[in-house]
Amino acid sequence: MSDTYLHGVAADDLPARRVALGRALAWGAGLLMLAVALWQTLGAQGYAAEWGTWRPTLYAFLLWAAALCWSQVLTRGEGGRRALFVLPAILFVVALTVFPLLFGVLIALSDWNLSSPDGRRFNGVQNIVRMWSDPFYWNALLNMVWYCLAIVVEYAIAFGLALLLNAEIRARKFWRVAFLLPLMLSPVAVSWMIGKSMLEPRFGPVARFLRWLGVDSPSFFGDPLMAKLTIMMLDAWTFIPFMMIMLLAGLQAIPREVQEAARVDGASGWRGFWEVTFPLMLPVSVTAILIRVIFKLKLADIVITVTSGGPGGATDTVTSFIFREYRDRSNVGYGTLLAMVYLVVIVAAMTVLMKLADRFTRPRT
Amino acid sequence: MTTLDAPLFRDSEADRRFRAGWWTRRVLIYAALATWAFICLFPIYWTVTTSFKMAPNVMQGDMVPFVDYQPSWLGWRSLGLSPDTFGAESTPRAEFLKRFLNSTVVSLASSALAVLLGSMAAYGLSRFSYRWAWMRNGDIGFFFLSQLILPPVVLALPFLVLYKELALLDTRIGLILLYTLTVLPIVIWIMRDQFAGIPTELEEAAMVDGLGTWGAFLTIILPIALPGMVAAFILSLVLTWNEYFFAALLTSTRANTLPVMVASQTGSQGINWWSMAALSTGAILPLVVVGVLLERFIIKGMAAGAVK
Repeated sequence: MSDTYLHGVAADDLPARRVALGRALAWGAGLLMLAVALWQTLGAQGYAAEWGTWRPTLYAFLLWAAALCWSQVLTRGEGGRRALFVLPAILFVVALTVFPLLFGVLIALSDWNLSSPDGRRFNGVQNIVRMWSDPFYWNALLNMVWYCLAIVVEYAIAFGLALLLNAEIRARKFWRVAFLLPLMLSPVAVSWMIGKSMLEPRFGPVARFLRWLGVDSPSFFGDPLMAKLTIMMLDAWTFIPFMMIMLLAGLQAIPREVQEAARVDGASGWRGFWEVTFPLMLPVSVTAILIRVIFKLKLADIVITVTSGGPGGATDTVTSFIFREYRDRSNVGYGTLLAMVYLVVIVAAMTVLMKLADRFTRPRT
Repeated sequence: MTTLDAPLFRDSEADRRFRAGWWTRRVLIYAALATWAFICLFPIYWTVTTSFKMAPNVMQGDMVPFVDYQPSWLGWRSLGLSPDTFGAESTPRAEFLKRFLNSTVVSLASSALAVLLGSMAAYGLSRFSYRWAWMRNGDIGFFFLSQLILPPVVLALPFLVLYKELALLDTRIGLILLYTLTVLPIVIWIMRDQFAGIPTELEEAAMVDGLGTWGAFLTIILPIALPGMVAAFILSLVLTWNEYFFAALLTSTRANTLPVMVASQTGSQGINWWSMAALSTGAILPLVVVGVLLERFIIKGMAAGAVK
């Protein structure tokens, strides 16, 4: 982190009445919000008049958020004006993630089927017990490991492409745009364009090409291994440009002198790459791979639209599995628990990965 | 060049070997480039040409229009977007335009909101030192970036229930809020890098001239950081335009976006290849144009933060 903070003079002399007004504003709006929320909760339980939707609480929250921002300026002057930069984003993120996450924990511990009229029933750890013996969920988790391992290959290809783009070539802009385009395409459209149309086993161009090469009756989603590989390739196709651009930026940041010095020292070509370029690229590579892992863990749309998990769950990702759990059975409680467990697994895995990456890239002295 | 019978200067044996090596390297590089460009561009070419095919052309696997087959407007007619259907009323076209408009509004609004919130937060984090309970700047920054790890599926079902209670299900506002949340960490990541590259002396000078904190930010810093903001905006646009998962869960008839429309057609029996191709072309075309025209900004956005 940089230490280049801006140091301004914050010598505001705030009148006491202004400070009091600010406090009153924040507390008043806060109390109003609590009162509305309480009233609505009572209404939902049947103890008070019902208001229909929860919109009033939402509006009360918005009012409170605005009042809080304003009162910051009133009570703290310059400090408040500075807080105003970050406060809206924090309120936004807290309202949209922290609150739903806490709510999600509640849902996860209950038996709640949206299509059944019973409504939500608290059932403690029963969902966890059910998860423990759900072979499809474990299968989906295992699949995620395979999908993440495919990143190694994607990385190698992306690195190769970045080296190509960094070489002395003509029409560099054309190649760059062409290589970037897959990233711009919607995965759903891609899954139709490639997954359904080009890989169509009878008259798709890829199947035709394979038949011309002598493969008889090519099928891409028939057996589990092939289906998994095909999904990996589809996903790689859209996301390789992403890693490629990051690696290219890394390559361009390497000072020319370093490579020239290496060449003078007799390290050229293959050796120069492994002993000079690659070590210098380690930090960028680790960043690119970590971000790619994060995106990979969200992989769903291609699987949902092309195979919907089949054959026999071979291509299922956790997200697509939970998606179907909701779509087919409206099982909100169980689905949320699976998602929560997934989140815990991800956070643990990412923490370990980041620690490893940190140790791996720290300059050895 | 080499017309002289006895060249004055002759390349030595080593030089010639070097030159041969150089040429093979060139050829290999361009061959690799062309191969990958083919892999990248062929699916797009295939989709666009298929939208002009008829059933027999698809079955025979014809490739090149006007050579293998005569293009027809079949696919585009089924969307109501061929020349002869432009004048007439058309339900599919109204449907397509509605989805297209939804996608446009949702992606533009959420990207704009994310860039607004994200730039402010990133600027604050890069310039002032905050202390809020136990959290310092680094912790707040990490709090924002950690949202990137959060998989959408964790939020999906709670949001479904919440939106139902708030009557935000199947509305554009609901999608906009959620999409803003998903791209906000990326925007903050890019913008923090941008602001860190602008020297603080600029604001100090502005403050000496009598501008306040916000005045300096709005009049001095924002214009300098504009290219970075455009990069963040475009990257957000790409991600939100293509988002499928939330849109599929949270919208049904009124607010669903183009990807949902495309996906809902793929499942149906007896696929109309030509009309699906036309639909896909319509869905990818805006971003292909954006990608070709604004490639510079996208690369800038993704390269930010990669190199420190």
